[in-house]
Amino acid sequence: MAEERRPKQCTVTVPTESMKAMAESVGVGQLQEESCAALSEEVSYRIKEIAQDALKFMHHGKRRKLTTSDIDNALKLKNVEPLYGFQTQEFIPFRFASGGGRELHFYEEKEVDLSDIINTPLPRVPLDVSLKAHWLSIEGVQPSIPENPPPAPKEQQKVESTEPLKVVKPGQEEEGTIHGKGMTAADSKGKDKGLIRLKPRSTHELSVEQQLYYKEITEACVGSCEAKRAEALQSIATDPGLYQMLPRFSTFISEGVRVNVVQNNLALLIYLMRMVKALMDNPTLYLEKYLHELIPAVVTCIVSKQLCLRPDVDNHWALRDFAARLMAQSCKTFSTTTNNIQSRITKTFTKSWLDDKTQWTTRYGCIAGLAELGPDVIKTLILPRLTVEGARIKSVMEGPVVSNIDKIGADHVQSLLLKHCASVIAKIRPQPDSVEQYRMDYGYLGPMLCSHVMKARTQAALQAQQVNRTTLTITQPRPTLTVSQSGPRTPSIIKVPSSLTLMSPRPGTPSQPSPPATKYIVMTTSAGSSSSQQVITLNSSQSPSPVTSTVPSAMSTLQPLVKLEPGGGSGLTGTRPMQKYIVVSLPSSASSSLEAKSSVLPTSISSNPLEAVMKLDRSESPGASTQSPH
Amino acid sequence: MAAVQGGQVDAVEEKDIKTEPSNDGGGNNNANDGRLLSTSPGSSSSTGSIKSAAGPPEDQQTLLAVLQFLRKNKLTESVEILRREAGLPEDSLELKGGDSSGSGSGAAAGSVELAGGDASSLLSRVTSSASTVAPAPTKAAGEDQPDVNVVLSAYSQQGDPPLYQVYYSGLKKFIESVLDCHRAELSQVFYPLFVHMYLELVYNNHESEAKAFFEKFSGDQECYYEDDLRILSSLSKREHMRGNETLLDFRTSKFVLRISRDSYQLLKRHLQERQNNQIWNIIQEHLYIDIFDGMPRSKSQIDAMSGSLAGEGKREANKAKVYYGLLKEPEIELPLDDEDEEAENEEGKPKKKKPKKDSMGSKSKKQDPNAPAQTRIPLPELKDSDKLDKIMYMKEATKRIRLGPEILPSICFYTFLNAYQGLTAVDFTDDSSLIAGGFADSTVRVWSVTPKKLRKVKSAADLNLIDKESDDVLERIMDEKTASELKILYGHSGPVYGISFSPDRNYLLSSSEDGTVRLWSLQTFTCLVGYKGHNYPVWDTQFSPHGYYFISGGHDRVARLWATDHYQPLRIFSGHLADVTCTRFHPNSNYVATGSSDRTIRVWDILTGNCVRIFTGHKGPIHSLAFSPNGKFLASGATDSRVLLWDIGHGLMIGELKGHTDTVYSLRFSRDGEILASGSMDNTVRLWNATKAFDDLETDDFTAATGHVHLHDNSQELLLGAYTSKSTPVIHLHFTRRNLLLAAGGYNP
Repeated sequence: MAEERRPKQCTVTVPTESMKAMAESVGVGQLQEESCAALSEEVSYRIKEIAQDALKFMHHGKRRKLTTSDIDNALKLKNVEPLYGFQTQEFIPFRFASGGGRELHFYEEKEVDLSDIINTPLPRVPLDVSLKAHWLSIEGVQPSIPENPPPAPKEQQKVESTEPLKVVKPGQEEEGTIHGKGMTAADSKGKDKGLIRLKPRSTHELSVEQQLYYKEITEACVGSCEAKRAEALQSIATDPGLYQMLPRFSTFISEGVRVNVVQNNLALLIYLMRMVKALMDNPTLYLEKYLHELIPAVVTCIVSKQLCLRPDVDNHWALRDFAARLMAQSCKTFSTTTNNIQSRITKTFTKSWLDDKTQWTTRYGCIAGLAELGPDVIKTLILPRLTVEGARIKSVMEGPVVSNIDKIGADHVQSLLLKHCASVIAKIRPQPDSVEQYRMDYGYLGPMLCSHVMKARTQAALQAQQVNRTTLTITQPRPTLTVSQSGPRTPSIIKVPSSLTLMSPRPGTPSQPSPPATKYIVMTTSAGSSSSQQVITLNSSQSPSPVTSTVPSAMSTLQPLVKLEPGGGSGLTGTRPMQKYIVVSLPSSASSSLEAKSSVLPTSISSNPLEAVMKLDRSESPGASTQSPH
Repeated sequence: MAAVQGGQVDAVEEKDIKTEPSNDGGGNNNANDGRLLSTSPGSSSSTGSIKSAAGPPEDQQTLLAVLQFLRKNKLTESVEILRREAGLPEDSLELKGGDSSGSGSGAAAGSVELAGGDASSLLSRVTSSASTVAPAPTKAAGEDQPDVNVVLSAYSQQGDPPLYQVYYSGLKKFIESVLDCHRAELSQVFYPLFVHMYLELVYNNHESEAKAFFEKFSGDQECYYEDDLRILSSLSKREHMRGNETLLDFRTSKFVLRISRDSYQLLKRHLQERQNNQIWNIIQEHLYIDIFDGMPRSKSQIDAMSGSLAGEGKREANKAKVYYGLLKEPEIELPLDDEDEEAENEEGKPKKKKPKKDSMGSKSKKQDPNAPAQTRIPLPELKDSDKLDKIMYMKEATKRIRLGPEILPSICFYTFLNAYQGLTAVDFTDDSSLIAGGFADSTVRVWSVTPKKLRKVKSAADLNLIDKESDDVLERIMDEKTASELKILYGHSGPVYGISFSPDRNYLLSSSEDGTVRLWSLQTFTCLVGYKGHNYPVWDTQFSPHGYYFISGGHDRVARLWATDHYQPLRIFSGHLADVTCTRFHPNSNYVATGSSDRTIRVWDILTGNCVRIFTGHKGPIHSLAFSPNGKFLASGATDSRVLLWDIGHGLMIGELKGHTDTVYSLRFSRDGEILASGSMDNTVRLWNATKAFDDLETDDFTAATGHVHLHDNSQELLLGAYTSKSTPVIHLHFTRRNLLLAAGGYNP
């Protein structure tokens, strides 16, 4: 291997064109070709020399990444003045430009409006160094605590569930000594068990501690104390050692849903769905093996005819929305060509929606389930049926009064359709929006749709404008460390895996009487093709459900930026001050470490407001008084 | 570009100026060593005399250097004026010229002689300005302090450049065709030969031939020379050779090969038959062939030992007797009697390790035959507080868990959060009550890991108000208002790379990129002394287990031994061919081990300043060292992600522990020496069965005599456990007195 590399090392030099370009930049016009060649060799040699010294500093700094300060120190060793002003924590990509037969690589330096910097509130002060102790091993056994890496990494669980024969189970040897990641573990096991590849019978014995934990967690999850529940869910969502208990949890949830649907216990159903959500959020768990239990439970919560004792007053719609979102999330994560989850789910929803006798509640669930699957599904399945659905709603709303329940149901279906379809139509339909045209295309719902679409368009334009104005990038000096490490877990902190923490100016827990409305706009282009913006508005006193709309992004290139925009927002009560965060994630090519995280970003950001809203719904709806005692 | 080059000239020039005084300081100090070490370390009376002797000559040297610089730059008028004003004779400049230009490169190499040399002649050297070129006391000063030009001109002999390839491939063919048993041994010749031939080509401006030669044969070299080859490959012009340290190392130190007599004869005969003078010359001039009688070594034996910058250590180098035994512990009565009152003031208050309880005091181990004499190195006397600490230690020791393959230690991991990759060094106190971290932002932070908070001593004015007769006076001098869990020490102006607590927990040492070692008081949390001398980044420092002395090593390739009350080093250990990356004291404080980027480990005798052991075998810069508690063995970890074990008494490699996948930054033996813990950049802590590794040792006479090692690949059997942290490189390990393992590192998201 070394042989192949070495010849290259020998020949790598800075091209002479670069020397010319550099000479020009310092005012030396005509540089001889020979001088260029001589210079380039000298420069290459010196650069290599400095890089070698800089490596020394990196090694002694106990780092894997060479930093600008290493280079500075290496220059200092040679008694050369260090380069000032080249301080950066993050990788800055080179931009490329060509023209006039010249090719240039350069750093893009953006103009910054000073007044914007002065007027923005200061970024948070980076956290100070702190010390935290945990047990890496107790008498030779590594305990499963969040501080330690999970005993069975997620990839392994995945391989295990998708290709069971390829896997050798971890944790089977009782010594448990070799938990080494990757190489060592594989090596040592490959040696022992390389001969026979049988799937070992997995024992599902839980230790006493685990049993206690299971009991505590399940009791807390469905118990009456909201604070305890929050902690339990937090534990489920973050604890790395739950792998062993996963089958129990899955059974608990599916049985729980089965019983409580019959008893119409809305509160418990919500609690169970939140458990599913927490399990899905746990980065160390891979749920594929347990979908056969979880999906029926979730689907039940979406489409069941009745979920609560008093359908006219209880807010079961939020549960349906929430479950629909869960469904969409699991489709996204687990759907493969073998299990076809997404297409099977889509078929199920469509079938019952098409059925004329379907109740409004189920109808609502089906539409919500489909709508959550994404704009494509909305476009192909929901839009063509708008006319039919509009007629049906019209018959209920304007026809003879059948029952109050039907009316409420139709009303909800209507707003649901408007909410989801507007953004999609705004994207696919050319302007201008004429009410008549809409009435012709979409029937009864046309005029309302039209106004919604227009609203969506103005909002999108507004955002695009804001983003294009690219005024200020608040890069915290070192945005790489999380608060998730230390300190108590407050529910008001929205935790993003990439460790950026957004916090509303006042820690507005949902139970507070009138916290300021906070609006998060999350943009992501992780997939590359479909760039969309998600606007989540958290208004704790007004809107019963989160206004989540997906609007097209008008930008071509995205720069990472966090934007703080004080001032009144659109479409919300103007009395309260409003804080708006725009989080724009990096395009996937920028840096590999960011890429992985940015793809998770939208889901996890939206998850917590949701939970907050769900709690809020219950406290607002009159029927919920029995569920949340505080 | 021009500016940069100008800067470079300055750099060279300044380097000369800088090294000169520091070198003299060292030599000068050595002159006083005898006195220093023989008197009680507590007394600092001798320092005055050093200062007076060292002052003027230093100035003069600086002046000379300035003069020289001026002259070089044709500023003749200034030269005249300066010389007149300084009152220097005209000829001094000329004389000085030759000396100082050489010392820039070879100052380091020369100081071995200085350290061990005749002190009086050294003194005369620095005091008499007119005769500054008085030859260094021992032989071979010229050889060890070579002028760059002299070094390089060795390459000037002209061979026919295109023939180099023919020569080399001819030899290659020959070696490939010899009997298998000789082939491995003779293959060792390839690398040094290759390098020297390449350098010769480059020196004689045959750039294209050199390149072709490099490309053709660099692939044949052993993979562990890759780093050096990379440096070599970037070097393609004669001008580059000037100032390239790697090259100078290669030239100034003969590459050492160990070859059996038979193989050597074979090679010799071949070269003489073929009249291959070119190669023969190189072998004669640049290689040192250590011939032994007996069986040629096998490929694996050779691979185990090679890899360092300058070949293997010579066998003679490891022949010196090393007193690796432990010092006899002072017997301490449990009830303390009030002696040693005079040692009240704050200087040198170290303590001895491994005390025996009074009941156990009558143990058979009267005097280990391998132990040095109790007074070989003057050690500070124990104070009351030290004795108290000893008693604590003994109490703890009785509760110690006896570790073994079945009983593994628990590991408590201290993670530094929000360090932003800036954590560079960590140390624990021996009683595990304090933890200190050195950071890239030049700060040193000290945490208390016990509920007892850190307090400063009150200010002088407040101290006056205290009743000095009261029993709890030690408690009263502390200022409660300053109590906190964390204290930050500011003072360095560069990343802090080394950190070490004194055994009595009163002081903290830190070494930094800014070239200084600083001594901090943990009573007042202020800096007491800045020890200057290294001029370049100081990579590591450590207190002696008995306190008072400490060792530091840095980029200037020397390790220095200091005493806390002397601002100049007592010893300068010079001989490494590259940065001294880590330094460790032997448990008996008579020896220090240093690891280096030249991929060797050296053990030095503090008394004589001599290098008593050279261990080669690592294939990358060494970053961690640990002595076993019984003083017999040494473990070392390097960037090649291996841990090697060494027998100090025999000077042999006795084990190789493979398993880590990245640089091993920390090593530590358990208190009883049964377990070796290693921590690495790959985020793991590994535990090794040290007892087994040392027991399996077969030390037959032949092995001991020839230094040939047979290593079994038994890393897997010796590995007792591997524990992965989430994303935290392990940069420090520490066994508490009860054998709980503490690990530390900075979280690296």
